[in-house]
Amino acid sequence: MSVFRAILLCGLMALYAPVSQAEMNIEITEGIESALPIAVVPFAVQGAGMPVDVRFVVNSDLARSGYFRTMNELDMHSRPSTADQVRFNDWQALGQNYLVIGQIIESGGQYNIQFQLFDVYKGTQLLGYRLTSAPTELRRTAHKISDLIFEAITGNKGVFSGRIIYITSTGGNKQRTHRLQVADTDGFNAQTIATSPEPLMSPAWSPDGRQVAYVSFERKTAAIYVQTLATGARSKVAEFPGINGAPAWSPDGQKLAVTLSKDGNPDIYALNLSTRSLVKLTQSNAIDTEPTWSPDGSHIVFTSDRGGKPQLYIMPSSGGQEKRLTFSGDYNAGATFSPDGKNLAMVHGNGGDYRIAVMDMATRTVNVLTEGRLDESPSFAPNGSLILYASRKGGTGYLSAVSIDGKMQQKLMFDSSEVREPAWSP
Amino acid sequence: MKFKKAVLVLAISANLLTACSSDEEKDLGLTDGSQGAAAGINDASTSGLSNGSGYSGSSMGGGAGGMGPGGMGPGGMGSNNMGPEFSDPNNPLSKQTVYFMLDSSQVQQDFVPIIAAHAHYLQGNPGQRMVLEGHGDERGSREYNIALGEQRAKSVANMMKAQGVSESQLDVVSYGEEKPAAFGHDESSWELNRRVELVYQGR
Repeated sequence: MSVFRAILLCGLMALYAPVSQAEMNIEITEGIESALPIAVVPFAVQGAGMPVDVRFVVNSDLARSGYFRTMNELDMHSRPSTADQVRFNDWQALGQNYLVIGQIIESGGQYNIQFQLFDVYKGTQLLGYRLTSAPTELRRTAHKISDLIFEAITGNKGVFSGRIIYITSTGGNKQRTHRLQVADTDGFNAQTIATSPEPLMSPAWSPDGRQVAYVSFERKTAAIYVQTLATGARSKVAEFPGINGAPAWSPDGQKLAVTLSKDGNPDIYALNLSTRSLVKLTQSNAIDTEPTWSPDGSHIVFTSDRGGKPQLYIMPSSGGQEKRLTFSGDYNAGATFSPDGKNLAMVHGNGGDYRIAVMDMATRTVNVLTEGRLDESPSFAPNGSLILYASRKGGTGYLSAVSIDGKMQQKLMFDSSEVREPAWSP
Repeated sequence: MKFKKAVLVLAISANLLTACSSDEEKDLGLTDGSQGAAAGINDASTSGLSNGSGYSGSSMGGGAGGMGPGGMGPGGMGSNNMGPEFSDPNNPLSKQTVYFMLDSSQVQQDFVPIIAAHAHYLQGNPGQRMVLEGHGDERGSREYNIALGEQRAKSVANMMKAQGVSESQLDVVSYGEEKPAAFGHDESSWELNRRVELVYQGR
């Protein structure tokens, strides 16, 4: 069975990742003890063989959410695929709280997928859906199923059918290729949306998820571009002398906060995307960079070394009245707000280690979540439950996700040893 | 048996670029177009490429920042057309990299004579231009390292200007940690990456 699956997955890679060959493994390195036990029974399949193991994708999504402890299929005593085959007592005896069963019927090149979610102790159905999927959309359909299950049980929106954007680099110093890639949240279906021999940096999703702002050095100086994902069309929105960096969308999508050094040292500006007008928001003689908007648009948090070392500061989004936010550790930078604005994730440096930390904005308490030495670029999942970030161990760079309480940690491995700056789609 | 009634019929769309709300899920029309969305991303990669004038080094002549034609890569100043003093290891002109301490843009004493020698050369060759490329090590956040790299390059530029080099001969660009000279992940690589490269532009 597992051999069969491995073959299926290999075939899938060839089909779906022609550009990047991004092969990904997900490894849950830490889990929550209170995670809810759930059994996802292998789906019964009628008709042609499946190009994607839908159940495997759903099971992996639930496992990496941090909310669930999934059951190994080898430990299952029965494999029901219809409701009349379910004996709740058996699943109670196996310590399961939830049960997912399903069947897939292939007909005319389409797949009809039916699944049901049960509360094992109450013996009731919580969810039942019948979905139709083209063969090429099976993975995305599986992620959608995961989202439906996640929301039915936790009450929070699932995030599995979203996307992530990130940057990879390959080749030696003289023939380096930098790629901006978009993939499913489990790293599959990677597609390259921009390629350059010069560095690409700082991808940022527009609030509607249709556009991405990023920095490109393709002309050997920095410029900020906004690219529409569906068409690939892009426009250059900033190419001033010096730094053009750190684009951050305002929550209404009308402005980009950017870092420019055209007047001498790096300051934060608000760039109106329709009028292209610029408003200078910081005036210090130090480095001011890495702006991020609060979700209500009222404030901007940024990194500044005006106090000697890089620390986070907050100001109204119209500028002025800057206040220092971080006081612990000797380095706090690269902040991003949680979608509800209650938490602020950052790169927290202390004693030479750089880790992901979260500040509770109400109490200003800082909690260090990760244990790497070179962790950076935190990005919240749209439901605020996970923080995606870039990490490195030895020569291998990888993406990782951590729950905001730090209790669940997972590692997403790519073929490329240089993968960085992940951002989760809104 | 009662759960059978609860089985909903739902057409699903994988059109991830127009993030589906749960309301949209009930729209049967969404099954169409999912392929188009995936194809659109592929288009982006190709059209992004073909539109990108200036992706290759040879077409960057008119690039912003007024860099000279046929800009050379880092370290590519080529002693062939620059005179023998640039390849003589006893001559400070043979050294074109200035190294920095952690999180610092202050020029260390050891590098002052090297910067002075290049400043002297630029003064004597007013038609010669130089790009000062600032770099940092991989630690900390990337955009902060861009800012730090620019401060390093400007420290070197300011020393040169103080010695009489014309501002019009110098350009500054910071690559932060994006173009490491050494690819290791320890102090021995990091100290090679905290640097400013003095790159003479072709004439």
